[in-house]
Amino acid sequence: MSLTIIEKIISNHSGQQVKPGEIVWMNLDLVSARDFGGPNVVKHYRREYDDARVFDASRVVFTFDLCVPACTLKYADNQQVCREFARQQGFRVFDVDQGIGSHVMIEQGLAGPGKTVVGTDSHLNILGAVGCFGQGMGDVDITFSFRTGRTWFEVPSTVMVQVKGQPSTLATPKDLTLFLCKSLGTKKVALKAVEFYGEAVRALSLDGRITLCSMVTEMAGIVGFVPELNEAVQAKMMALPCFDLKNWIASDQGAQYEEIIEVDVSGLGPQVAVPYLPHQVRDIEEVQGTKIDTGFIGSCTNGRGEDFRQAAQILKGQKIKEGVTLKCVPATRQVYRQLLEEGILESLINSGAIVSNPGCGGCAEGHVGLTGEGEVQISTGNRNFYGKQGKGKTYLASPAVVAASCLAGEIISPEEI
Amino acid sequence: MSEIIIEGRCWVLVDKDGFLIEDIDTDQIYHNAYLHLTDRKLMGQYALGNLEGWQDFAQKARPGDIVVAGRNFGAGSSRQQAVDCFLALGIAAIVAPSFGAIYFRNAVNSALPVIRWAQVDEWIRGNNLKSSDRLQLKLATGQGRNVNRNLDFCFTPFSGVQLAIIQAGGLFNYAHQLER
Repeated sequence: MSLTIIEKIISNHSGQQVKPGEIVWMNLDLVSARDFGGPNVVKHYRREYDDARVFDASRVVFTFDLCVPACTLKYADNQQVCREFARQQGFRVFDVDQGIGSHVMIEQGLAGPGKTVVGTDSHLNILGAVGCFGQGMGDVDITFSFRTGRTWFEVPSTVMVQVKGQPSTLATPKDLTLFLCKSLGTKKVALKAVEFYGEAVRALSLDGRITLCSMVTEMAGIVGFVPELNEAVQAKMMALPCFDLKNWIASDQGAQYEEIIEVDVSGLGPQVAVPYLPHQVRDIEEVQGTKIDTGFIGSCTNGRGEDFRQAAQILKGQKIKEGVTLKCVPATRQVYRQLLEEGILESLINSGAIVSNPGCGGCAEGHVGLTGEGEVQISTGNRNFYGKQGKGKTYLASPAVVAASCLAGEIISPEEI
Repeated sequence: MSEIIIEGRCWVLVDKDGFLIEDIDTDQIYHNAYLHLTDRKLMGQYALGNLEGWQDFAQKARPGDIVVAGRNFGAGSSRQQAVDCFLALGIAAIVAPSFGAIYFRNAVNSALPVIRWAQVDEWIRGNNLKSSDRLQLKLATGQGRNVNRNLDFCFTPFSGVQLAIIQAGGLFNYAHQLER
């Protein structure tokens, strides 16, 4: 029988050929928890399993990325609870100095093509960018998986999204992603796996693929894959530790898709999601001129090297508008170091930006990027739900748009700079 | 497997214009600000604390009540607290046309029945269901009834491992039962 990508990965991890709708027990290659969710996992684990060993200490990790280093005593306590548990069990902690867990997994080769990874991060499906089935789960699920190395899963059906046409040169991967959020909403791919095809997505770099796959969560999808590689992305992936292209999974000829959706991105320009929904997306012209107080560049969606290079190219060392603050949070230590070596961080700082240590930023209120009542923020994050990062209003956009808007003090297209 | 029957008074989550609220995300259900809590008992007070018009839900809800909401309930984060806060209040079930994927499994794993009923919105608009009506839900057969109005409906029943987990009282109990 012909299978889609998700059907193949789950089949390979459940010892049976699966069909959409079936609930199966799936074996896991990596199980993780963060500083949020992690302490709850420890508490459940001790109550349910006492001091029994985790299923495989080499396949269990903690990644602290949310409140790093802890800026509240509660988080400091919680992180220490996790550290002590990990020491006792003998598994690895990517501590408060490492950055966003999902990105660290990609950089360190813990997540790779064809693998299955779960953790307490609802954007763990970002790992689809490297052909890996990542899935966010709650602390009960993760506790059970710490002990058993498996999880029950309902095999999702797959939707094929054909992205047609050529976006304008002003469109970045985030603009493409926001436009797809708008086109697909939260209904069209809800609870489905997605395979994105078409030249505009095939051309995406690894960083661009991370941006797109991260926001499949906002489309209410299970996971997104970009099956077709280009030469540059292939080279980039081969340079990742333990990455083996032989494990790259493509869907079979004749695989069954629940639906094929075409999205035309011809001539696409900069896009902005307006408060308070990520799929409430407008062409930038419709919101141009909206005054802003702060800019934020970072998050699992746009915290990569390319994202900061994109911003630095717009800023070119010019000063951001007086009264506006720009907060930059690289995704990981590796990204941070790379940007440091390239002089990008210096350039951002010369423009007046704040550059903080790696982490999630303000998405879960643990770090840089919170808003006060009445504050207007333009952010490269993935969610702008009411009250999420504080009582202010958050607009979502690309790093280029955020940088341009910080120069102008209002939402503006990079071409106007 | 034996049937599980739930009956309780319902709270229909509507906005100020009376429309069923869709896309209620986990931050509206249980805000970021309280993620550090690990004691379920403390979580109930924050249930729906960031949902406009429903901030006082925790004071109004009684054990055994049922929550009715619009599609994609529990979108967003993986936080178990967004399920646990309802359990802390003794909420017996949540009914919606669809749920966020992670939310759905978190609820099943904690034995909070999450009822997928496609026609919720139709029923609300047709005045066949409103807050304080009593709903009866049969989980294994997917039969529902508005007890006050003697109206019946069908929802997606639970089967297989999901039903077994709910019957066992959650994933941990289910797993322990398998070990025995």
